[in-house]
This record gives sequence, structure tokens and C-alpha cells, in this order.
Amino acid sequence: MSILSRTIAHMRTSRTVMISGGILGVIALIAIVGPWVSPHSYLDTDFDRLLQAPTLRAMNLFGTDDLGRDLFVRTLLGVQVTLVVAIVASVVSLVIGVLYGATAGFVGGRVDAVMMRLVDTLYATPFIFFVILLLVVFERNFLLIFVAIGAINWLDMARIVRGQTLSLREREFVESAKLIGVSTPRIILRHIAPNIIGVVIVYVTLTIPQAILIESFLSFLGLGIQEPQTSLGKLVSVGVLKMDGSAWMLLIPATLLATILLCFNFLGDGLRDLFDSRQSR
Amino acid sequence: MSLLDVSGLTIRYGDDEVVSGLSFSVGTNESVGLVGESGSGKTQTALAILGLVPRQATVSGSIKLGGTEVVGAGDLVLNRLRAERVGIVFQDPMQALNPYVPIGMQIRRVLIEHGIAKGYEADQRVMHMLDRVGLPDPERQFRAHAHQLSGGMRQRAMIASALIAQPELLIADEPTTALDVTVQAQILDLLERIRDDTALLLITHDLAIVAGHCERMLVLDGGKLVEEGQTRKVFSVPGTAHTKTLLEAAPSFDTTTSPSPVGGELLLDVDSASVSYRERGADGDLKAVQEIGLELREGETVAVVGESGSGKSTLVRAVLGLIPMRAGQVTFCGKDISGPVQARATETRRDLQLVFQDPAGSLNPQMRVEPIVAEPLTVHETNLDAAARKVRVMEALARVGLDEQFLTRFPHELSGGQAQRVAIARALIVNPKVLVCDEAVAALDASVRSQILALLRREQEDTGLSIIFISHDLAVVRSISHRVLVLYLGRLVELADSEVMFARPLHPYTRALLDAVPVPDPLAPGGRLSIKGEMPSILAPPSGCAFHPRCRHADARCKTERPEQRRIAGTEVACHHVEELQ
Repeated sequence: MSILSRTIAHMRTSRTVMISGGILGVIALIAIVGPWVSPHSYLDTDFDRLLQAPTLRAMNLFGTDDLGRDLFVRTLLGVQVTLVVAIVASVVSLVIGVLYGATAGFVGGRVDAVMMRLVDTLYATPFIFFVILLLVVFERNFLLIFVAIGAINWLDMARIVRGQTLSLREREFVESAKLIGVSTPRIILRHIAPNIIGVVIVYVTLTIPQAILIESFLSFLGLGIQEPQTSLGKLVSVGVLKMDGSAWMLLIPATLLATILLCFNFLGDGLRDLFDSRQSR
Repeated sequence: MSLLDVSGLTIRYGDDEVVSGLSFSVGTNESVGLVGESGSGKTQTALAILGLVPRQATVSGSIKLGGTEVVGAGDLVLNRLRAERVGIVFQDPMQALNPYVPIGMQIRRVLIEHGIAKGYEADQRVMHMLDRVGLPDPERQFRAHAHQLSGGMRQRAMIASALIAQPELLIADEPTTALDVTVQAQILDLLERIRDDTALLLITHDLAIVAGHCERMLVLDGGKLVEEGQTRKVFSVPGTAHTKTLLEAAPSFDTTTSPSPVGGELLLDVDSASVSYRERGADGDLKAVQEIGLELREGETVAVVGESGSGKSTLVRAVLGLIPMRAGQVTFCGKDISGPVQARATETRRDLQLVFQDPAGSLNPQMRVEPIVAEPLTVHETNLDAAARKVRVMEALARVGLDEQFLTRFPHELSGGQAQRVAIARALIVNPKVLVCDEAVAALDASVRSQILALLRREQEDTGLSIIFISHDLAVVRSISHRVLVLYLGRLVELADSEVMFARPLHPYTRALLDAVPVPDPLAPGGRLSIKGEMPSILAPPSGCAFHPRCRHADARCKTERPEQRRIAGTEVACHHVEELQ
């Protein structure tokens, strides 16, 4: 490949990362700062101003809902919750999944068989049943949602990582490391993990939107975020009910949700290209 | 008028010109060799003749095949050209054949698509062709799938499919590079015999093949034609410096001399090592290596030779402790180290290092050269700080002829030769006593290969390094090794000092291997066939002497009784007929 096209390719990958990362950063920043600046709070109701369309008067930038709560603050709160749920759940599933999968794949044999059968068993547990059990046994808790989502997502990650590791294990550079005398944890960390990061990054970009969707699904069932707390998924589901006449209640959170999902996908695409040193050729 | 006329052919990928202003012609019934190192544009030229160059490439100039212009021709014209007027045989038949379609059906398709024959007649013609290319039992092979055939058989099927429509030109792109030397001789012989009045354009990096099989040769360098002429003439009076270097780098088998035996201290002693795998669906175990002994002295190079499937890699992997041995003992410096590599003392691990065949595959693609080469230090010399480690890495790179600009490169930014040098530097940085080279030069161009061999020889002289050298290339083996071990189906057939073995091979298999080596001399090209068939599957080894089905001296005794290893005039050999053959 020529120098010119290489430069173009490189610029494009970095630009995707820059733009999508930038948009996500701006959204996150507004979500954090916004509620402080706004004169409203997320739980104050104002029965004089029910279902107001977005307006500059009284700073109801995104309008109000059927209880007269300011939607600007509530939407930003929803963004905060959604982002935290998605990122924490993905990081949890990433760490557990990669270490678990890489260990099973690299050690192999009986250890691998036992570890992967455990994964199969967890797979077979119905997700909703699992979540309801958790919520019955423990008190309703924000943290439980992370646990529930993470507990499901790391299974996929572990399977994918194990498959990659199995093929890497046979590669000559791993054999050569064994022969040199490099210890098993070090081989996993230095030789296996960096070579699966490309696949893992792509998979994480799939998990984040998935986690966001699971969260809104749980909220819809009444098992997730509880009123007066909110999330983007919950705002959308409420917005759907008020679609006739109060379209802003649906359009604003839905647009934000779509933007966030798209940005994560583009970010993952760009990061994969950057991580994979072979592709920058 | 000649059959193929190429004039001013230029192929570009973006700004890269891979072939520039190439002009040559091939006459009817002529055999022409197209020679060059990797990256010289040989394959691109072949693809252009077939109109198969990828879309992102721009092709200019003219290629006339029997009067039809190929450059810029539409798919309809090209489809008529392919198969009917020009056939191609690729390097790797496994990738060229469709794994889901029986061989016969794939070949038959050529006849049907081109309207040459159909129905029963097509079947008959395919069968006849399969018979001609030497596939035994054509009716059965007709229905066989690619994975059921051996490498040589697959290449025969490819040749059948290329020739079925009786094209005027056959292009063979490195047709034997992936094959063993004995099979190579068979395939080249077949190409020669079968092509009748089809012209042959043989693309190869191996001058020895051209010497034996082509009337005329073209030498490519960096996409340009640097020399063209009668093969004999080019070999005797090379016209350009590049051709001269190529000829010098080609391992000239007959003029090579082997190093004399050395009498260093016994370092590594392998006693009747056996390795077996449990194979699903097979009766009993798959015996990959059986009762092989091997001694390695200080400063000595022992070569392990055999066709693919002979167990040579399995043997050294077992010695290194990468795979478990079923029986046998490995002693290193007086200590028993038979167990797996993880169980060995750190010093022992440090003293035994390995260099692989595929230099790119043995380097972690995500690491830069400096940490790759430094890795053994992080295990074996933990007291070094970062600065001292870097000094050692630079020293090791200097030993293999690389400088500090390579420190920050990634493996994919290295050429094959450079990557192999990095792999050797990583092995040598902890100053091991034994270096195992598993086909370490097989994937390299001839000129790079001779540089790497010189590098190994110099290391041996400087540091008294002992080397176990696995190779299928006897010319290379002859130039570097003190002793040679020949394996066949997991058993030792002959072991001798290399001076002795190359002067007076005893076992018929060793002789066949030596006869099959092509020699870069058009007057005495070598590459003769003295055995038939291919190595049988290790899943079903022949009874008695495993070599008997291919041996022309075999008699009833060879079929039933396995020959014991005997010592005859300094040579260990396992054959019933040694005395009469001597």
C-alpha cells in the first residue's frame, strides 16, 4: 500500500475515534454539568405546567412531562444512569470474560472442560428468572442491575475469548515463549491478551448497546430503575405512551439514545483498527 | 508468430509498480522458466496473462495470446481463453481445489462449461485424464474430495484440471514449492511428459528446477526483466550481476562440501525416543516417532532429514519437552531431562533454544522487536535493569546483522529474512548451548537463505554452539551439518557423518532422496526419480520394512520382517539389503 493511502487510512480511523469519542464526551459532560446549572430538580413537580412543549420560558428546555417535572434535567439524569450502567456492566463482563476465557483456553484439558461447563450451566439459567430472584432476595438496588447484566454478558465474552485463545495457543510465538520459560500468567497477559484485544474491543461495542437495551427492558418491566430515578430507556417507554400530542417526550430521549448507540459502534470500529497493528500496514 | 506475446506489461497497485515494462514471448510447444525472488512480480505476471489481476490494480501494455488481446478484454473473452487456451497450476492445490466438490466433478465442469463434452463422454475424458496424471484407480479418485488426497495427488488433480481442455499454454506457478523433494521430482517429470504440444511457462524461485525443465529462461528482479536467454547459456555465462548472485546463492549440491566431524564433548543424548498420539477412530496409537536415538556433541551440527510426515519435527519437539514422550530418555549434560519443558530447571531451558520455520509466526505480532528479543532476559537474567537489557538486545541484534533502527519495528514491518534474524537473536541472547532449527531457512529466498546459513556457521565457530537442523533440503543439509539422521515414517533409516553419507548413501531411501534433488546445472540437472509413490499414511504403516512398497529392492522378507538397525562402516542403517547394495 502506498504512503498516501496509508495516511488516508490512518486519518480515517483516528477521525472516527475522534468524532465519536468527542460526541460521547460532550454528551457525558452536559449530562454531568446540566442538572447543576438548571433551576429545576428531577423530582419537583409543577402542576401548573403539565406536558409543556420545549420552551425557553422558565428554562424548560426539553419541556415537561405529565407530572410537570422538567424533562431537561430528567433526560440528563437518564443519560447519566444509562452510561454508567452500560460502561460498568461492560467493564465487569470484559474483565471477568477475558481472564476466564483466556485461562480456560490456554490451560486446556480438564480445567477447560470444567470451566466451560460452568458457563453452559449459567447460560441455561433463564435471565429474567435470575433477575427476579436477585431482586427478591436482595433489596431493590442500582448495583443489582450491573450485576445482572454483567453476569449475563461475561458468558459470551468468555466463549469468544476462549475460542481465540485456543487458536493462539498453537501459534509458534506462544510455543517459543513456553520454551524460553515464560510463566503461564505472563504468557496469557503478554502474548495471548494483546492478540485478542481487537476482537474483544469489537465485542465490547456490541455489549454496550446491548447492556443499554437490557437496562431499558428491565426498567420497562418495573424491575430496573425505580421512579423517581430514570434512564433513557425508561424515558423512551414513557414517551411512547404520550407520542400523540407530546412528541418531544419521545423524540428527545430517543434521539439521544440512538446517538449514544451509534457513537459507541463507531468508536469500537475505529479502536479496532488502531489496536490491530497489522491493519495499519 | 509466437503463442504468447507480452509487450510493455506494467502492473501498478496505487503508486507501487510491481511489474514494469515487461516484454517476452513464449513460442508454441516451448518451455520457458520465469525466475525471480519473492516480490519480483512473477505471480502478478502470471495472473495478468489469465486476466486475473485484482480490480484495484491497473494493467497497461499488451498481452497477446494466440492473437487475442488479454489486457482490457471483457469477461466473455477471458472465460473462453481460460481453460481452452491457457491452463494454470497454483502453488497450493488445497486452496485451489473446492473442498466440497469431488475432484472428478470439478474437472468435469471445465468440459461442460466450455461445451467440449458432456454426460458420459465427459466422465470418460476426466477418467482418462486422471489416469494420465498418474492418479491410481481413477474411478475412485473421480469421487474423492481434496482432503482425501495427499499433497502430490492433489497437485496431479490440479494438473489434470488445467490440461483437460487441451490448452495451448500451461502456466505453473511454483507448482512444487509446497511438496517434498521426491514428490517434486515426480510432478516435474509428469509436467514434462504430459504436456504434449502445450507450451509451458514455469514460474519458480528455484533455479535448479529451471535448469532441468526449461529450454529458455527469463530472470525478473523488482518487476523488470533483467535477463533472457537459452537456459544453458544463462547458466554458463550469466549476463547480469543479479543473475550471477542468484546462481551463486542456489545451493549447488555437487560442489558443496560438508564440514568434518568434530570431537567435542557429548552434550545431548537422546535414547530410543518414542512419541505416539491417540487418534480417534484408529486402532491403537498413532506412532509418530519410534525408538530414535540421537547424540549431539559440542560445536556439532546434526541434521534430521525426511519427507513431511516422517516425524522429524515431532522428534525434536519431544526432545525439547513441548510434547510428551511415550518412552525413551533425554540426557543433557549428564542430567535426565525427559519431562515436559515446564518441569525443567531454568538453566536447562536456557541452554536449549528453538528457531521455527515461519519467522513471522514465531514473533508476537503485537510486540516490537526490542521486547521480543529481550523476553528471554526477563526470565533468565532478572537482575538486569532496563538500560543493561537494551545493551544486550543491541548486542544480540548486532550478532545477527541488524542495527538499532529495528528496535521499534513490529514483525509485519520486517522482511522474511529480517524476521528470521530477529528470531535467531532472541534464541541466542541468553547464549544457549543448543540451537534447534526447525526448517528455519525453508521459507526464505535463496540469497537470504545462504546469508542465514553463513550466520549460523559463524555463530558455531565463535561460540561452539551445537545445532540440530531439521530440513527437507539436502543441499542445505550437506553444506551445514556434521552428521545426518534420515527418518522414514517415524523410524531411523540411516545415520552417518555427512561426508560419508553424501559420498556413499547406503539405504535405498537415502539414495532416492539424493537422486531427487534438482541441481542448478542444465547439463546434469539431477531431480531423477528412483522411487515411486508417496509416503504412506502414518495411520496405516506398511508391515515389515515401512519403506518396502516404494523400494525397488524389496522382496518377501522386507514385507514381513522389520530390519534392525545395523552398523556398517561407520553408518547406522536399517535395511535387509545393505550388503548387496553397497
